[in-house]
Amino acid sequence: MKKKLLGIAAVAAALALAAFVLVGCGSSSSSAASSSASGSGSAESSAASSGASASGVFRTLDEIKASGKIVIGVFSDKHPFGYVDEGGEYAGYDVELANRLAKDLGVEVEFVSTEAANRVEYLETGKVDVILANFTVTDERAQKVDFCDAYMNVALGVVSHNDKVIKSLDEIGDGEVIVITGTTAETYLTENNPEIKLKKFETYANAKTAFENKEGVAWANDNTEVIAFANAAEGYTVGIEELGSLDTIAPAVSKGNTTLRDWINEDMEKLGAEKFFHAAYEKTLMDVYGADYEETLVVEPSK
Amino acid sequence: MELLGLDVLFKGSNAMRLLQGLGIAVEISIISVVISLILGMLFGIFMTWKNPVAKVISRIYLEIVRIMPQLVLLFIVFFGATRALNINISAELSSIIVFSFWGVGEMGDLVRGSLESIPKHQYESAAALGMTKGQIYYHIVIPQAVRRLIPMSINLVTRMIKTTSLILMIGVVEVMKVGQQIIEANRMASPNAVFGIYGIILLLYFLVCWPISMLARHLEKKWSN
Repeated sequence: MKKKLLGIAAVAAALALAAFVLVGCGSSSSSAASSSASGSGSAESSAASSGASASGVFRTLDEIKASGKIVIGVFSDKHPFGYVDEGGEYAGYDVELANRLAKDLGVEVEFVSTEAANRVEYLETGKVDVILANFTVTDERAQKVDFCDAYMNVALGVVSHNDKVIKSLDEIGDGEVIVITGTTAETYLTENNPEIKLKKFETYANAKTAFENKEGVAWANDNTEVIAFANAAEGYTVGIEELGSLDTIAPAVSKGNTTLRDWINEDMEKLGAEKFFHAAYEKTLMDVYGADYEETLVVEPSK
Repeated sequence: MELLGLDVLFKGSNAMRLLQGLGIAVEISIISVVISLILGMLFGIFMTWKNPVAKVISRIYLEIVRIMPQLVLLFIVFFGATRALNINISAELSSIIVFSFWGVGEMGDLVRGSLESIPKHQYESAAALGMTKGQIYYHIVIPQAVRRLIPMSINLVTRMIKTTSLILMIGVVEVMKVGQQIIEANRMASPNAVFGIYGIILLLYFLVCWPISMLARHLEKKWSN
């Protein structure tokens, strides 16, 4: 009798777990960087699901205006793009744009602290209106979210310790490369150099601490990040300054939210004409990258 | 001070922000702990039922709680609920739901263990004296079970408090996240802040959990006589 009960329980538990795992995969496959082969299929299914609840997923431009508040996802621990200053206020290059967009729209801004790994998910569930968190434009992400005009250039870079500078990916050998989950660096290395061992961290702060403690031989991330990191701390060299293709960084809105995207593009063109992004660079990024990188990094959106 | 990077604590309102972050972590854990203790007791009694359906249900629930990492549960509740059911649960409420879901399951199992650890002859002796089932639980079983429960449930409570550090992943700015923000905002000026701030956070968690352990020790001593 007792054995039979246990058997029933085990089978039922297994079924419930299978159901749970399925649900879990359903929600996580769209957040994690899924393989590009299944890209078109997942784009269709996500379009279908957002079509079923078109007005539920995101807020249109009018709805945001009517509510008097725009919700923007930014980094809160990524100096100098999005961080919180000692007064508890959000600041940085991304935040400059976020504040200006809210001002031009005539609404209050509410910041949500996001992590690299959950930015797409925030937009797909409509929990934020805009992501302005150093979000690199990629084809894969463009199937899940709608990007606006670019306001910055970026490529990948690899930083390593001075005692063993990695100048090309071949030199990595058996060592581990640190990446942050959900970043372009992770996707690029997984697709193009699957032989390289990756050590993944969920947050920027954890990856940085691990690298400083000599876990892993190198750290792959956006080149702005690794240049800033190596400039600021002693003992590190950016051995690879540009890896992969040159990418851009842009604000993103939920898939299909055209009213909001069109308005942001229009406003950013106006800002480009008044050289807003150069001013923002000089205010926030100059201390870190110096004047040398200004023309390389800044993009002024135009028609 | 400089060596540990503790100077950043006194910049602006940094110290205050850390305490506010701790307040949020403590608030979420207290609410979850209260729910877990109350519902966990009931669930524990439910688990001791001989009814096969009750056994299967509690077994499945407990296995899910044990196997699923809390982070996955957080993502399922915070993002999954919006995606699948189109209901928007705030990050704070999601955290409370997940921590309570976890707490009730584990607490229930602890309660079940304590109840079953009471020797069978005590139930039988009480029944022989003519006590009803309710009376047996109220006068004989529960007072003894609670004493056996204290050390284990305190362990669970402190574990829940410490696990609140995960909720930064769904956007709740609690003490860990504030710490990371302070460290990152000062990574040029005070690179050593990483030691100081994480050290302070360690101290803060300790200050929250230690009194709870002391209370548990006090109760154990009081009841052992």
